[in-house]
Amino acid sequence: MNIGVCISHVPDTAAKIKIKEDLSQIDYTSVPFIINPYDEFAMEEAIRIKEKSGGTTYAISLGKDGVKESLRKALATGIDEAIHIKTELELDSSAVAKNLCDEIKSLNLELVFMGKQSVDFDSSATGQILSELLGFNCITNCVSFSLDGRNVRAEREIEGGREVLETTLPVIITAQKGLNEPRYASLKGIMAAKKKNIVEKNAAYTECKTKVIGFSLPKGKSAGKVLSADSDGVKELVRLLKEEAKVF
Amino acid sequence: MIKSILVFIEQRDNQIKKSSLEALSHAVKLASVTAAKTTALIAGGEFESFDRVSSTGVNQIIHFQNPDLNIYSPSAFAKLLADTAKENGSDCLLFANSQMGKDLAPRVAARLDAGIAMDCINLDYQDTELVVNRPIFAGKAYQQMSVTTEKKVFTLRPNVFPFITPGPDSGLVIEKKSADAPDFSVRVTEIKKSEGKLDVSEADIIVSGGRGMKGPEHFILIESLAEVLGGAVGASRAVVDAGWRPHNEQVGQTGKTVSPSLYIACGISGAIQHMAGMSSSKNIVAVNKDKDAPIFTVADYGVVGDVFEILPLLTEEIKRVKS
Repeated sequence: MNIGVCISHVPDTAAKIKIKEDLSQIDYTSVPFIINPYDEFAMEEAIRIKEKSGGTTYAISLGKDGVKESLRKALATGIDEAIHIKTELELDSSAVAKNLCDEIKSLNLELVFMGKQSVDFDSSATGQILSELLGFNCITNCVSFSLDGRNVRAEREIEGGREVLETTLPVIITAQKGLNEPRYASLKGIMAAKKKNIVEKNAAYTECKTKVIGFSLPKGKSAGKVLSADSDGVKELVRLLKEEAKVF
Repeated sequence: MIKSILVFIEQRDNQIKKSSLEALSHAVKLASVTAAKTTALIAGGEFESFDRVSSTGVNQIIHFQNPDLNIYSPSAFAKLLADTAKENGSDCLLFANSQMGKDLAPRVAARLDAGIAMDCINLDYQDTELVVNRPIFAGKAYQQMSVTTEKKVFTLRPNVFPFITPGPDSGLVIEKKSADAPDFSVRVTEIKKSEGKLDVSEADIIVSGGRGMKGPEHFILIESLAEVLGGAVGASRAVVDAGWRPHNEQVGQTGKTVSPSLYIACGISGAIQHMAGMSSSKNIVAVNKDKDAPIFTVADYGVVGDVFEILPLLTEEIKRVKS
C-alpha cells in the first residue's frame, strides 16, 4: 500500500525564539531547523508498514526552500519519494490542509500519517481539517496503530489514559510521542538520499482564514528566593509555600 | 459582529469538564458585548440537572440524549456540532483545548468553512474585532491573531479563563434531543484509564524529576513528595528518552505544556525546551545542586543542594504541616 507522511520543518526545540523589532514576525536568523519531532513518529510508522507489506512511501512538505533539508532527511531515513509544495508565505492550518489535500488526492493515498502538531505554532489542527477536506476518517494523538485489511485500530492519549478507536481506511493518523521508536538515518541512506529527486510544485492555495496581528515574548521573571540546603531552609520553604504562595 | 455563540460541553462518565465551563463562562462574557445568544451543547451522558452549566448564565442548553453518544466518537460529535451550528445560526464556536476539544474543533471548523484559532489564552474584542493571544513554541513566544471568516472557531486553554458563577439571568431554555443517525465511522470502543495516577496536564501540583535523580529507582522520592501534595509526577525529556519514566509524564516542548499552581523541579537543569513547557506555572520551586542551572532563572524558590537530602526533608515537613 502507498502511504503518505506530511512533514513540517521547524526551529530546533533547543533554539531560543526571537521576534523582529516591529513585532510583526518571528526572527529566524541563525535558528537551526529540524524535522518536527512528532513527524518522526509518523515517518517511522509509515516506513514500518511499507517494510511489512510493500508499497511506496511519500513525504510531503509545504514551505520555503529550507523544507528540502527535512525532506532530504526523510529520504535518508527510508522514505521513498519526496514532494515539496513551495510557498514563501506563512499559511494557516486551513490553507496548509487544502494544499496537502490536492497532493494526497493526486497520489491516490488512503493512509496518511503526520505529527499531532508542529512544535512551532502548536495548533494541532491540520490533520483534522485535512481529513474533513478529503472525506477521510481521522484519529489524532495516536500512541498505537494497527492495520488489518482495511480495518484500523488506534489508541490515542487522553487526560489520564487512552481511548481505543476503530475505523476503516482511508484515514489520517496524527502521531504522539510513544507511537514507536524512530530510527536514525544510516550512512548509506544519507548517501543515497543525496542523489534522489525532490518533486517541486507551487502551492495552489494561499488564502488563509486567519490573520496574524503580531508576536510578543514572555515577560522576564525577577529573581526568586534562595533557601539554605538544610532542614531550616526546607522548613522556611514549606512556610513560604503555605503562607506566601498559598499552594496548600 | 457575533450573533450566536455555541459552546461544546465535554462530559466523560457523566462528569462535566471544568474547562468546558470556563469556555462557557467566557462565551457569556463575550456575548454580553454584542447581545449575542449563547448555547451549550452536551452530547451523551445522563444528567438529573444542569446546574453547573446553567449557573454560567447561558441562554440555551441542548442535550443530545442518545445513549450511544455517552462515549466519544469524533465523526458523530463533529456532525452534531456542525449541524447544530448551522440550524442555530451560530457564528462563533468555543471549545476547551482538552484532548477532546482539540480533536473535535478543527473538524467542525472545516465543516463550517470557518477559520480556527487553537489554545487561546486570551480572546477579547479590540474595537469590533475578536483578537486572540496564544502561546507558540510551547510558550517561548506568543502570537496575536484574529479569525477572518464570518464563522469563527476557538479553543481555550484550560485553567486560564475563570468559571464565573452565578452568571447573568438568562431566561434559560433546556432542549432535550435525540440525534438522527449519528455517524459512527470513527468510534471509541474502549477507554483505558491509568489507574490512580493523576495526569500532568490536569494536575494543580506537579513534582518533576530530571537527570539529577540519577536513575529510575530514585523516582520513589519524587512519587512520595507528589503523594503528600496530592500532585502528579512529571519528568524531563532526558529521563523519558532514557526510559526511566513513561512519555506521558514528559513536560516541555515535545511533552505537555503545563501551568499548575505549584511546579517542583528536582534535579532538572532547565533545558530551553523544558522551561518552555513549565515556566508559566504560578509557583516554581527548583532543587538542584548546580547553582548556575538555568532552572533557577524561572524559580520563585530555589534550593541549591542535593535532591537526595532535600526531597526526604521536604516530604516530611509537608506531611507535618498538612497533618
